[in-house]
Amino acid sequence: MSDHKTMTLTLIVWRQKNASDAGKFETYTAKNITEHHSFLEMLDCVNEDLIYAGKDPIVFDHDCREGICGMCSQVVNGAPHGGQDRTTVCQLHMRKFKDGDTIYIEPWRARAFPIIRDLIVDRSALDKIIQAGGYTSCHTGGVADGNAILIPKPVADEAMDAAECVGCGACVAGCPNGSAMLFTGAKVSQLAILPQGQGEAARRVMNMTNTMTECGFGNCTNHYECMAACPKGINVKFIARMNREFLKAQFA
Amino acid sequence: MILDGKCPTGPIEQTWDKHRFDLKLVNPANKRKYNVIVVGTGLAGGAAAASLGELGYNVQAFCYQDSPRRAHSIAAQGGINAAKNYPNDGDSIYRLFYDTIKGGDFRAREADVWRLAQVSNNIIDQCVAQGVPFGRDYAGYLDNRSFGGAQVSRTFFARGQTGQQLLLGAYSALSRQIKLGSVKMYDRREMLDLVVVDGVARGITVRNLVTGAMESYAADAVCLCTGGYVNVFYLSTNAMGCSVTANWKAHKKGAYFANPCYTQIHPTCIPQAGDYQSKLTLMSESLRNDGRVWVPKKKEDCGKHPNEIAEDDRDYYLERKYPSYGNLAPRDIASRAAKEQCDDGRGVGPGGRGVYLDFADSIKRLGEDTIRERYGNLFEMYEKITDENGYKRPMRMYPAPHYSMGGLWVDYNLMSNIPGLFVLGEANFSVHGANRLGASALMQGLADGYFVIPYTIGGYLATVKPGQVKTDHAEFKKCEADVKAEQDKLLGINGNKTVFEFMREVGGLMWENCGMARTKESLETNLKKIPALREEFWKNVKVTGSGAELNQQLENAGRTADFLEFSELLCRDALHRNESCGGHFRSEYQDAGEAQRDDVNFCYVGAWEYKGDNKEPELHKEPLKFDNVHLAIRSYK
Amino acid sequence: MQLLTSSIGRKILMAITGQAMVLFAVIHLLGNSSIFGWLPGGINAYAHHLHSMPAPVIIGFRLGLLLFACVHIWFGIQLTIENRGGRPQQYAVKSVQKASFASENMIWTGSLLVAFIIYHLLHFTFQVISPETAAVKNMVDLHGANVPNVLGMVVAAFQNLFVTLIYAGAMLVLFLHLSHGIQSFFQTLGWSNDRVQPFITKAGTLVALALFLGYAAVPLTILLRILN
Repeated sequence: MSDHKTMTLTLIVWRQKNASDAGKFETYTAKNITEHHSFLEMLDCVNEDLIYAGKDPIVFDHDCREGICGMCSQVVNGAPHGGQDRTTVCQLHMRKFKDGDTIYIEPWRARAFPIIRDLIVDRSALDKIIQAGGYTSCHTGGVADGNAILIPKPVADEAMDAAECVGCGACVAGCPNGSAMLFTGAKVSQLAILPQGQGEAARRVMNMTNTMTECGFGNCTNHYECMAACPKGINVKFIARMNREFLKAQFA
Repeated sequence: MILDGKCPTGPIEQTWDKHRFDLKLVNPANKRKYNVIVVGTGLAGGAAAASLGELGYNVQAFCYQDSPRRAHSIAAQGGINAAKNYPNDGDSIYRLFYDTIKGGDFRAREADVWRLAQVSNNIIDQCVAQGVPFGRDYAGYLDNRSFGGAQVSRTFFARGQTGQQLLLGAYSALSRQIKLGSVKMYDRREMLDLVVVDGVARGITVRNLVTGAMESYAADAVCLCTGGYVNVFYLSTNAMGCSVTANWKAHKKGAYFANPCYTQIHPTCIPQAGDYQSKLTLMSESLRNDGRVWVPKKKEDCGKHPNEIAEDDRDYYLERKYPSYGNLAPRDIASRAAKEQCDDGRGVGPGGRGVYLDFADSIKRLGEDTIRERYGNLFEMYEKITDENGYKRPMRMYPAPHYSMGGLWVDYNLMSNIPGLFVLGEANFSVHGANRLGASALMQGLADGYFVIPYTIGGYLATVKPGQVKTDHAEFKKCEADVKAEQDKLLGINGNKTVFEFMREVGGLMWENCGMARTKESLETNLKKIPALREEFWKNVKVTGSGAELNQQLENAGRTADFLEFSELLCRDALHRNESCGGHFRSEYQDAGEAQRDDVNFCYVGAWEYKGDNKEPELHKEPLKFDNVHLAIRSYK
Repeated sequence: MQLLTSSIGRKILMAITGQAMVLFAVIHLLGNSSIFGWLPGGINAYAHHLHSMPAPVIIGFRLGLLLFACVHIWFGIQLTIENRGGRPQQYAVKSVQKASFASENMIWTGSLLVAFIIYHLLHFTFQVISPETAAVKNMVDLHGANVPNVLGMVVAAFQNLFVTLIYAGAMLVLFLHLSHGIQSFFQTLGWSNDRVQPFITKAGTLVALALFLGYAAVPLTILLRILN
């Protein structure tokens, strides 16, 4: 523990009043930051200073602050969530930075994610993709016993690998094309792998990918930046899987 | 006033089935004429909105996050209980019922808990059908793990992210209904008032968090699924946005608040590192399956590297004190035991506030790979936060506020004392008594949402005419104006202290004087200090910006204002309950460290009625009767 | 037909047409390598053999290739324009984790290849760039048959440093294009997962490298007078 050591950092932060404002970068200084501060706690400190100075604090989305709700969304030095492997920006800790560092903080940038204010973007397009088919059409009640269909561990594990997506949108933010293929691929794959989802697999992949395009997301060009940005390490194999499901759907 | 929970009578095994038959039904063709508002989209809210939409009601669902998928149910790690008895280890509906009543220290209603245990099995089936990837064995069967407070393995799990997977299941069902048009989703909306007309809940007032606009929504029934209030302690495992606001506003409109002093302190959380800290991170209770909890026997060893402390110099205090449950003692007991060790000066880490959770034995027995397979994501999370490797040195843990058993009072139908106002999940008080067992919160949320409210709301709606009050009613205008006025007041103070400072202060008072252990003196201190702090807040808080824009400070200021009122009620409830039970531990009432219940005087639900600003609330009692479980001293020794 | 309009469908068409052209490039290279003498009569014999095929086969083959190229180019341009719009505003700091120079510049390497292919067709197929050395104008004897002197044309061309540089440079561009393109084909058709993906990526790059070395060998060996 070395709480006594503190850092001073220069922050260059995207500020934008509202959706129609042009927006620009502003420079702030973060003082008395320890290595145990999380990135968002560091921003909390800066905001406290801003409020004392009578200025509008930096607004950013956050909620659980334990890396699972998917609400936090900041591009730090060009990397969604700051670029630490399998880490959301709320779990990024300041020990990854050095005293005197300059840090650029920007919102997710993608056509499908219009900026609402400062670092907050509108990600409802991701909800629309799920609404297009990211479910099994089972009814509440009247379903079979949980053990009625056996799902061997490797299959369940594979589905779980895909299901870990937190829907933060980092894949879109990291993709030079602003594509949501990893997000969509993960959900399509999860339900295509499990027997419960197979009945609707063809319909699902067509509806979800078409909705993705309608929402303004770009196409996949296999850069795999999405996988690098994903805080849950969702693998691009699920995009391949979705492509396969798409091809199957053509012949279904 | 003596409250009536309207529980069905007769043999407990038949209560729910009989009640379901007795409930009135709404004709399928008439359902679409009824509007239902669901506030909150966690397990309870998401499941309720999806199920009610599917039944044909016109549902409007609200959440303060940007998507219904983000509710804090998502953070539950360990699992969900069900009485499936798949492992053939002696589980049954009756045993789950019994464990839950006993775990709750005999302060919950029997009929409600029975119903919960009964529908628990349906929940697992429902989630499997939705595509929730529960852990399974190589043959393909559902796997189980054990959890605190139970001697059977009845917990179903999806790695360390069970809450996430269950919530995504409910979210997917909800998404399907949104697509079908039966549910209209309103995100980034915060409920700031309940609209009550002639004593009946008729709608809500919400603030559009993006534009700042006040919006009114009318309905024939309102379901609050707005979670718990342990952010009243400032540092807790709850999400930053979790608040008591929706419940408190409903309380101020007449809904009784039951047992607010029953708060759960989770034993295994990552200890606080500094004052700037914004939240505490929970590490699943399932870790206690394979981790052993200890502190040094000698105070002088506390500063040493844990691996240098000899086996004989370690005090495995849970195993010592509770030999039959050992490290799997229930949460309230494990938390208090940790506090005792630290109070005794044998805590480890910063400020001496921590105990070790040691995996060395399990790693020796099972291998690091098995441990990684079981808890890998938790070890990763621990390392990200503390920079320490849990495989190589014991983790440091300390209890943290985690869950509120108390909540708005509801009857067996989950309806509050205000007709038309239903309360589901953590927001109500109904099934966990004074302490909740691990893996039971997910069970309750989904039980209420999928399998209780779809029946009981029909019983109410069948008795009312749809669409009687619209948003053009004067009461809606008044509520909007009131909320607006309070906001303008907050914005106009322009004092010297930020919202966070006040929240930190009230949270500090609550944790210090009303946390894991409470005394008459500490509570009376709070009852003096909190009103003074509240007064200071309304004179000296500084909120920048305006109300007509996205303004997070304003949102937090409103939530803090409510916590400043609610915290007083919590202390008052704790002060009146002259006994120790479950999560409520009054130091005066103990038997060598064990909670001492007073069944003669306190075997009741304490439900508080709001009587106006700065007026003493009135206590109403609902006596608890135990016909199927013998009231006993809760022992895990 | 969703293949022509949807995001994944068009991507699949890109992959299939691209991969077909890779196959053509492999066959073309095998043909080229006859210049090193493994076929009696060398490249002149090979060229003669090709041109002796029935006209419908030749025309069909050429039209097929043209169609593949057109589809690949058309969707390539269309998708690139769409993708540029996917993120209208760039980040102030550019941070690249997994993308490569090759993957980011497919449109430019593709454009250069189109330019090169046009040049190459005019040069060696329609033979209008250096008419004096055109093979069809310099017939030679091959086992009694009078055939165009392809070898003479090629040798004459590559003895020019500038021409050799154009060809070798174009092959470098081809290498870049295919080092991303070949592995993309497998990913796009869904024939990939986390276990085989690293292997496919390496194998794709190796194939691209082999094509580059093979194609560049002809002009370079001629330029360096190893091959006369």
